[in-house]
Amino acid sequence: MENLLITILLTSIPILLAGLGELVTEKSGVLNLGVEGMMLCGAVAALGSVLIFGNPYIGILFGAVAGILISTVFSFFTITLMTNQVATGLGLTIFATALTGLIGEPFVGKTAASLPKLEIIFLSDIPYLGKILFSNDILVYFAIFLIFFIHFGFQNTKIGIIIRAVGDNHDSAHSIGYSVKLVRWMSTSFGGMCAGMGGAYIPLALTPHWSEGMTAGKGWIALALVVFASWMPIRLLIGALIFGGITILQFVAQARGWDVPSQFLNMLPYLATILALALISFKLRHNNYAPACLGKHFLGNK
Amino acid sequence: MYKNFLKIITFLSILVSPFLYTSAYAKTKVGFVYLTTPGDHGWTYAHELGKQMVKKEFGNDVEISIVENVPEGPDATRVIRELAKQGNQIIFTTSFGYMEPTLKVAKEFPNVKFEHMTGYKRTKNVATGNIRFYEGRYVQGVVAGLMTKTNKIGYIGAYPISEVIMGINAFAQGLRSVNKKATISVIWANTWYDPVKEADAAKVHIAEGADILAQHTDSPAMLQIAEKNGALGFGQSTDMGAFAPKAQLFASVNNWGPYYIKKIKQLKDGKWNTGDGPDHWAGNTWGGLSTNMLTLSSFSNMPSDVAKKAQEAHDGIKSGKLKIFAGPLKTNDGKEIIGAGKTLDDGALWGMNYYLEGVTGKVPK
Amino acid sequence: MIEFTPRKIQSSFWTVLSPIISIAITILIGSLIFKILSYPVMESLYQVFVSPFSRPDRIADIFVKACPLIIIGLGLIFCFKANIWNIGAEGQFILGALCAGSFALLFPEAKTYTLIFSMFIIGFLGGAIWASIPAILKVRLNVNEILVSLMLVYVAMLFIDFVVRGPLRDPMSFGFPLSKVYPDGAIISKVDFPFIGFLGQFHYGIFIILILCPLIWFFINKTLPGFQIKIFGSSTRASEFAGFNKNKITFYVLLVSGGLSGVAGVIEVSANMGRLQPEVSFGYGFTAIIVAFLGRLNPYGVVIAGIIIATAKLGADNAQMVLGIPKVVTGIFEGMLLFFLLAGETIQKYKISIRKDN
Repeated sequence: MENLLITILLTSIPILLAGLGELVTEKSGVLNLGVEGMMLCGAVAALGSVLIFGNPYIGILFGAVAGILISTVFSFFTITLMTNQVATGLGLTIFATALTGLIGEPFVGKTAASLPKLEIIFLSDIPYLGKILFSNDILVYFAIFLIFFIHFGFQNTKIGIIIRAVGDNHDSAHSIGYSVKLVRWMSTSFGGMCAGMGGAYIPLALTPHWSEGMTAGKGWIALALVVFASWMPIRLLIGALIFGGITILQFVAQARGWDVPSQFLNMLPYLATILALALISFKLRHNNYAPACLGKHFLGNK
Repeated sequence: MYKNFLKIITFLSILVSPFLYTSAYAKTKVGFVYLTTPGDHGWTYAHELGKQMVKKEFGNDVEISIVENVPEGPDATRVIRELAKQGNQIIFTTSFGYMEPTLKVAKEFPNVKFEHMTGYKRTKNVATGNIRFYEGRYVQGVVAGLMTKTNKIGYIGAYPISEVIMGINAFAQGLRSVNKKATISVIWANTWYDPVKEADAAKVHIAEGADILAQHTDSPAMLQIAEKNGALGFGQSTDMGAFAPKAQLFASVNNWGPYYIKKIKQLKDGKWNTGDGPDHWAGNTWGGLSTNMLTLSSFSNMPSDVAKKAQEAHDGIKSGKLKIFAGPLKTNDGKEIIGAGKTLDDGALWGMNYYLEGVTGKVPK
Repeated sequence: MIEFTPRKIQSSFWTVLSPIISIAITILIGSLIFKILSYPVMESLYQVFVSPFSRPDRIADIFVKACPLIIIGLGLIFCFKANIWNIGAEGQFILGALCAGSFALLFPEAKTYTLIFSMFIIGFLGGAIWASIPAILKVRLNVNEILVSLMLVYVAMLFIDFVVRGPLRDPMSFGFPLSKVYPDGAIISKVDFPFIGFLGQFHYGIFIILILCPLIWFFINKTLPGFQIKIFGSSTRASEFAGFNKNKITFYVLLVSGGLSGVAGVIEVSANMGRLQPEVSFGYGFTAIIVAFLGRLNPYGVVIAGIIIATAKLGADNAQMVLGIPKVVTGIFEGMLLFFLLAGETIQKYKISIRKDN
């Protein structure tokens, strides 16, 4: 049983990390549909660097950097040149999927070292919870830390409030004197970094391989989860766990011999996402937690 | 005016050129169509090894063209036609889904020989070849039955097609020949190659108590998860020992090379034929251990008495003395398939839509 | 610092020039990539862009490849002009093919023309119904149509897998996932050109484009609903003031787009495959998005764009056969092309000037 819970937790990490990054990006008003592509960049960079350098921690670094680099392409077009965010995001995903397919070709079929588990002293000896919560690799701890960091950041720090201001009303923020474009660039780069790390987690901890398109839609799920979580980091954790849970549980159902066609079980994560989106929109139809300027361009002229 | 005339002549000669390449040419042009790339270290890699055997055998007497990553659909038709147009005299299409495209193009190029691997429809110039993968799985079952401590086997299947199901059933037969208490549980990944999904399925099997894993999918992901968690497993299509030295018991290795060499030789000698088996499943060549189209990698991570039993099973199948699907055979919900003294014929294997005893669950409809 | 001032008059000079410049820049950077990867640049460019024209039957294949891209792209014009982002065209394509195929297999005895035309209608309905899911969710609950339509793509792929392996599976196929072969009446046959014979895979379905193009152009530019769509897309507030019903527009553009994607699916399966299999679409729904943009959301532009993209895809195959270049390069080209097209749009909309800060 605890093995299952661990598997569910680990499967949720890529979506969680990417989702957290996207949350920050969207809070500043930028809708980044290129998350899937950024995750792939992180994945290929991570696996490639581990194959070359042999150290999985280097993989995390390369994954993060790759995410930042590819996000600058996105930022340049959507923030500086004010292109259509939806189309640019899609284009980025198509571009990055192909680019990583090309770069990753020499890595197909090769296997690399994985992230070692870091056991927290004392805490990891707690009978049940210890193994699940306190004997994980560094990215898991980082992801959990990030949730609280972002939550706290948005409520209590100056930079957090600036980001929110830029996302909710960029004209006012501009007149106060904040550089809207700079804030958005930074939050998009942060989002790219997290997406890169989320993507990197897949080959570093889940399955030490590279295959073209290996994120298989996780980036899109992360996008949906941000909406589902009403742009609140802690709710994002719940959403990611639910999604990870469904992904794993459909295999459990098969292993236990349930007589439901496997295709329908495989559909569950996607149907659940749609359902979650519908439910949250239904619940919140009178409130709107979305940043008011999400997806809108900012000109920056006086 | 001459320009148009020239264009028509060029066009016509291109149309006619395939017919100009007769087998009288010393250099045989061979084409291969791959579903994925050899880098998958699984299905296509096995075909690539076969192609390399061909190159080694014939050297400069063959000229090989390969197209990789060809999806099974109209793209395949176009690619196969292109290979035929470029003068290839024998074209190997290495996936079941290339069936219709192969047949279509074969009609347009009656002088080109087509070899559809794992197919069953044959015509005057389309032959089929297949491997009795299930023979290797019987031996896997024997080893699994002797090695398992939890009596739970985790099987990862790609899709519920006859080829995969007969593999599961053969595994069950091998399993039960040495261990009547063990059971197999099946997870369908709905993909031939997806390391992430295969890894997830493997993790679930292990979480549910399996200590031996088997796969009918193509990546080494399952074995790596096994290795990480102290479980054991079997490699598929190629020797995956490099990926999981502590976990792989042995691998079923697809050995396409000898078949390719045989058919190209037939072509060179002017004796190419599609055999005289019945049409559909048997094709003209459904080779297994006995014809070396299937081989088993070396046994590892097991005590010598288990290895001995595995070798016995292997030799028995190879010599024909051991009949995998010999009666009495019952499905896992009690229905009798055949009684004692009888054996299932090839047709019955392709019609398998049930699990034999030892497998839990039902075959998805 | 760089300043952007909105242009008051759309420069028609740039409208035509920007796709051309975008293509040029894409080819330039593509050549650079080839050079870095040590592939012969001129030969690679030749294979990707010119070789598909080097034989008449190859040219025919371009049209065959472009056919689904163009038809889906034409449908996407409706959505994108209204700023509705239908990313799920792939799923609608699959549903259209599936519904029509099921219908054909239910009534194999029907006469050719009746069967084919019914299949078009059923395919249209199938795609439209699939698109109605994101449509209804958007209209009623303001759920983002991008995510819903995309999730439904995965659902559609799994659904057709289930149907072809289960209810529709050909009992003669030994467990392999193939539906029964379509009855003759359901097949779109290849065109037998006089004097030339069959050219590649050129089939009658391609002629549908000739009918759709002028129809759609007329609808978008000369009718009131078309005008409503255009206004709704450029400014929701303006269209509200004008009294256009935004829910109706949202709903119908998605339905039409889904329907056309479905029709594309019917044609593709009937003309090229002749039976249903789990994989009937190979990314057409996503590539069509690029085609729609490249065609500047104009029906005739979409046709040209479809031909260009199809050429690149076929060329990539040839490049792989001759030079060993991996097929993924098309994706790189497509992505870059989209970026530069979008940047070109910005240049169209805004005048760029450099202003010294005092």
